[in-house]
Amino acid sequence: MAKIQLNGRKLELNKKYSIFTLLKKYKIISKKIAVEVNGKIVNKNQYNSFYLKNKDKIEIVHFIGGG
Amino acid sequence: MKKDFLKIDSQILKSRLIVGTGKYKDFKETALAVKASGASMVTVAVRRINILDKKKPLLTDFLDPKKIKYLPNTAGCFSAEESLRTLRLAREMGGWKMIKLEVLGDKKTLYPNMIETLKATKVLVKEGFKVLVYCSDDPLLAKELEYLGASAIMPLASPIGSGQGIQNKINLSIIIKNSKVPIIVDAGIGTASDATIAMEMGCDGVLINSAIAKSNNPILMAESFKNSVISGRQSFLAGRMQKLFYADASSPSKGLI
Repeated sequence: MAKIQLNGRKLELNKKYSIFTLLKKYKIISKKIAVEVNGKIVNKNQYNSFYLKNKDKIEIVHFIGGG
Repeated sequence: MKKDFLKIDSQILKSRLIVGTGKYKDFKETALAVKASGASMVTVAVRRINILDKKKPLLTDFLDPKKIKYLPNTAGCFSAEESLRTLRLAREMGGWKMIKLEVLGDKKTLYPNMIETLKATKVLVKEGFKVLVYCSDDPLLAKELEYLGASAIMPLASPIGSGQGIQNKINLSIIIKNSKVPIIVDAGIGTASDATIAMEMGCDGVLINSAIAKSNNPILMAESFKNSVISGRQSFLAGRMQKLFYADASSPSKGLI
């Protein structure tokens, strides 16, 4: 079981998650976001093969209004 | 009049007005104001998504990035490193290469940290970004940004969100005169006439957010800015009359009864 941090929130994953399955779990559309794991950007074509491990810090961002 | 578009790097924008998408009541108002402004490019910020509230509306649902050009910014970043991180994420999101760099130095004035701004510009240009840089109105630093490869220089008129208008016309004039890349006044414009003045001075464009969003009627104000930018630009292109010390009668004196 992996303990991760997702957008600053602590989270326990009960099974093996790839970024793809994590996005699916939260119903996030991948083309509208960008993902960073432990400070490094994960390319969209790696979402399927990139598995999350214990203590990973994940940031998922999107565009909001700003000046 | 011949088509007079704003060209930044290879990007051609039909409107010389760029608008920010922050501070609005909701996304619907944002979208209506953007439409009324006639802007072809809008600034957007990069933030964490809300994992828990998936029903929250998204900016992209109201402003289609395929129809209007997004200019990701680094608002809220206080170092070159934070800015680079934000912009690399923005690029990953959908290939955005044209971005607005804004490295803040002080929370109260939101004045740019120019040392970090110069540092970040250098790296971003090297990484292939087309960098539009929010900067102080210092002519030497503006020139330095141009040397580093910035695609556009965006000096402040006065502090971000202050609505104080153009506070240093002399500096701005020098920056305009010396620059080979577009000058876009960013920050501090308070009302439509401020934008006209900036355009009359020879700025290539203006970036407005608070002056529209914080107006009592943002949609009407957006349209007002659209007109004021066109008006100022036309006035600049036409060239103003010479100022005289004394009067010069408008009606001929010949044939006076």
